[in-house]
Amino acid sequence: MNLTLTHLFAILPLIIVGITVVVVMLSAAWRRHHFLNATLTVIGLNLALASVVWVYFAGQGAVAPDLASSAVGFPTLVTPLVMIDGYALFYMALILVAALACSTLANAYLEGLDEHREEFYLLLLSSTMGAMLLVSSIHMVSLFLGLELMSVALYGMAAYTFKRRVSLESGIKYMVLSAVASSFLLFGMALLYAAYGTLEFASLGLRLVFEDSVGIWTLIGVGMMVIGLGFKLSIVPFHMWTPDVYEGAPAPVSAFLATVSKVAVFAVLVRFMIMSPTFDTKLHTVIAVLAALSMIVGNLLALGQTNLKRLLGYSSIAHLGYLLSAVVALRAGVTDGGGELSFTGQLVLETTGIYLATYVLTTLGAFGVVTLVSSPSRGQDVAQLHHFRGLFWRRPYLAVILTFMMLSLAGIPMTAGFIGKFYVLALNMNEELWWLAGTVVLGSAIGLYYYLRVMVSLYLAEPGEIQRDAAHDWGQRSGGVMVLIAALLTLLFGIYPQPLIDLVQAASPVGY
Amino acid sequence: MILPWLVLIPFIGGLLCWLTENMGLKLPRYIALASMALVLVLSLWLWATGDYQLTAVGDSPSWSQEFRIGWIDRFGITIHLALDGLSLVMIMLTGFLGVLAVGCSWSEITKRVGFFHLNLMWIIGAVVGVFLAIDLFLFFFFWEVMLVPMYFLIALWGHSGSKGNSRIRAAIKFFIYTQASGLLMLLSILGVVFAHYYQTGIFTFDYQVLLDTPIGGALGMVLMLGFFIAFAVKLPVVPLHGWLPDAHAQAPTAGSVDLAGILLKTAAYGMLRFAVPLFPEQSAMFAPVAMALGLIGIYYGAVLAFSQTDIKRLVACSSISHMGFVLIAIYSGSALALQGAVVLMVAHAFSAAGLFIISGQLYERLHTRDMREMGGLFGRIGALPGFALVFVMASLGIPGTGNFIGEFLILFGAFESVPWVVVIASGGLVLAAVYSLVLMHRVYYGAPKADTALEGLRVRETLMLGLLLVLLLLTGFFPQLVLDVSAQSMTEVAQWFSVPSSLQ
Repeated sequence: MNLTLTHLFAILPLIIVGITVVVVMLSAAWRRHHFLNATLTVIGLNLALASVVWVYFAGQGAVAPDLASSAVGFPTLVTPLVMIDGYALFYMALILVAALACSTLANAYLEGLDEHREEFYLLLLSSTMGAMLLVSSIHMVSLFLGLELMSVALYGMAAYTFKRRVSLESGIKYMVLSAVASSFLLFGMALLYAAYGTLEFASLGLRLVFEDSVGIWTLIGVGMMVIGLGFKLSIVPFHMWTPDVYEGAPAPVSAFLATVSKVAVFAVLVRFMIMSPTFDTKLHTVIAVLAALSMIVGNLLALGQTNLKRLLGYSSIAHLGYLLSAVVALRAGVTDGGGELSFTGQLVLETTGIYLATYVLTTLGAFGVVTLVSSPSRGQDVAQLHHFRGLFWRRPYLAVILTFMMLSLAGIPMTAGFIGKFYVLALNMNEELWWLAGTVVLGSAIGLYYYLRVMVSLYLAEPGEIQRDAAHDWGQRSGGVMVLIAALLTLLFGIYPQPLIDLVQAASPVGY
Repeated sequence: MILPWLVLIPFIGGLLCWLTENMGLKLPRYIALASMALVLVLSLWLWATGDYQLTAVGDSPSWSQEFRIGWIDRFGITIHLALDGLSLVMIMLTGFLGVLAVGCSWSEITKRVGFFHLNLMWIIGAVVGVFLAIDLFLFFFFWEVMLVPMYFLIALWGHSGSKGNSRIRAAIKFFIYTQASGLLMLLSILGVVFAHYYQTGIFTFDYQVLLDTPIGGALGMVLMLGFFIAFAVKLPVVPLHGWLPDAHAQAPTAGSVDLAGILLKTAAYGMLRFAVPLFPEQSAMFAPVAMALGLIGIYYGAVLAFSQTDIKRLVACSSISHMGFVLIAIYSGSALALQGAVVLMVAHAFSAAGLFIISGQLYERLHTRDMREMGGLFGRIGALPGFALVFVMASLGIPGTGNFIGEFLILFGAFESVPWVVVIASGGLVLAAVYSLVLMHRVYYGAPKADTALEGLRVRETLMLGLLLVLLLLTGFFPQLVLDVSAQSMTEVAQWFSVPSSLQ
């Protein structure tokens, strides 16, 4: 297959991020200047984001640049590995937004570090590129490539402040466990290849449709892939690493881990399930059980936490559990008889998109506040709950934002989180997954307890406590602006979600 | 256009209170008072100008005011507000108790005044929203939104209770109980909506449209229970009442007034508006169970009230008992009993608010809510015991007060269809007399614990209590004022019970 300009245009966002990696590397080698490198990174990410929009509209024919002899097709298949469609572009945009937010947070955070501040952006950009590749992959090879590119850079980011023991520990822990998970994934792919002789999602799906009974090796292969991806998504029982890594890693990295890596892996999982449908109903039962376990265990373990980052880690386990019920709903496939997207399929895609978008917004806001309050120049990250006691009386707006984020995580109306939860419940009801819907309710009820605990501690004045604070001018800093924007968007989508829904509806994948 | 303003005024007023916090203590209070008064005046104006006469009962409810605007097109969700007699009564009540709530926290709350009034206003705004919304999504939205400010009200300005029973614990308990049951209701709402979707291919959350969706069999029962449980927690019905005494005991006075006066009524309103009309057949089938639960509530609440030592807990538990009557009335399906339930709700809001305000005033003077440390207050504290006596008498249902009319109408109306339930329920009135008199005796009579004179009632306090007293007597002597307004709505609800099958 020849690469034409059309194809290159379609992967423009990936190319731009790739170029930015090189530019930042050269710039860091030429001159160590934190602000310069941070600015280059932000510019690169913004350009990539703009190109996502451009590619999307070019495909829609709204702006039709005559780039090559062949007409600009949209969606575009670039080599058998990468598919640029509305789905990929939507998640790319989400990833880029999250990466932008994380780099602005990192900027504030790294200011306190004495040396080697510039390489962080290199890692962040590489990881972002991996994530973008992941969401556009329709082939096992690109899936694996993207996953590894994303993860390997993340090891470095987690251990970035390696002079702090916990950070180093979290980096190593993540690396070892992640490598194990990757090998599971690889082995699973190998088994599937042995059985069917193909690694493309679509042709795998085609083989499976015509097969009466699924062979034992196929089942094992798929099972191993679920383990591998389940680890990355920190689904119970593969969740052990999550709280430790979240706690140990620098706060912006935890934010990155909680948003970008989760979004990318989940998006590719859904795409895989859509393109290779009807694996086995047993598999969907297993996923349903895993989802229910994640909701319950994640929420239960969060109850006793006194560290906000750990708590958010456990809460992310629970949230991925809620979201996983969307995958369970895929059991019937997403098409109706005529090859059109069925009502359920539409609902699944919307649920995934909306939930991930709202979850990303909320998580960024929550970690953003944690980052603004903590700073490595003053020793450890301060993420213990008592550090946040009485924050309202010192930094009222920051505390209100964190309160709002907690409410959004808990899924209370007027926040974006509620819209996500509404979708999950609607999906479960539509699919008549009664017990899973019941588990969502139970999990939310348990979850309320610790979200409320965090919330109320912000308002309790405690004289004599060691008070840690955000800088006075936090509102003017880039990190502060990011947090404010996240809060406003959370409020906006909580009250008027229609624009978000329209956006997600436009982002459907091809090839189901 | 007046309906959205009824909802928006408290929300905007609340924000103003917060923003003006730094400009002194008085300003937020006056803003709050003004916005509450505005809500009250608007609702009175609606009452004076609207037509709530009993007309022929048609297929669809007859609204006297309606407001509708699109919201989330994907699911056919609209901002649809509508007003009928029942909601009007409830909104007048809300506005009035809102004024009182601001009034009774005038001297009680001295810290973070702006933020306090923000929470108070938002509760009121959300409650008004609950009473007006007839889009199920919007209803749920307001239903949940009122929890957060109530949570803050209890957690931040509440009284610290005994050890292991702190105000934060009470607040969290309240929140989890109501939120979890609320999610069950959301599931039921979604069930109804999807049932409608698969029958017609149209997504809508509109109450009026969904009324025509027949959902039979076990599914309907399960969905009905989802609604019922959510409302039963808030009412509260006995096995689900665990949050109520704690929340009341720990809440500041304004919080208790709001809780007992209007939050509990949102549950009864929800049953009347949604649970029964949406599932008439299932409700008729479920009625015996619901009435049995009501009976248990009447007795259990009374016994619970009798054994309390904390004055606010006593009043709170007595609410459980009174709400048992309301539950019986709702599921008896008789129009007369339903009318009684409305009167009882209004009268109970007045008497409970009065008792909670008095408890708050006692606490301000004695710094305790423990009845064992009171006693012999008659004569030491000005006119307060006199007022207390009237509210206690109202609570036990003495003729001349609205409570009597309400209970009488309920028992009288329900007798025809369920005589034995009425016979058993009447016994509860005796117990009501017992705990009410015990309250009176322990606090105001007996040997005084000290002989220093306590500060008497201030003008503001006298005014509030006097107003409540007048209204209580007014509902007692002229219940027709309330009955006329709510007649149409209640007849419609009764209609659902009598001919459930003909409406399909």
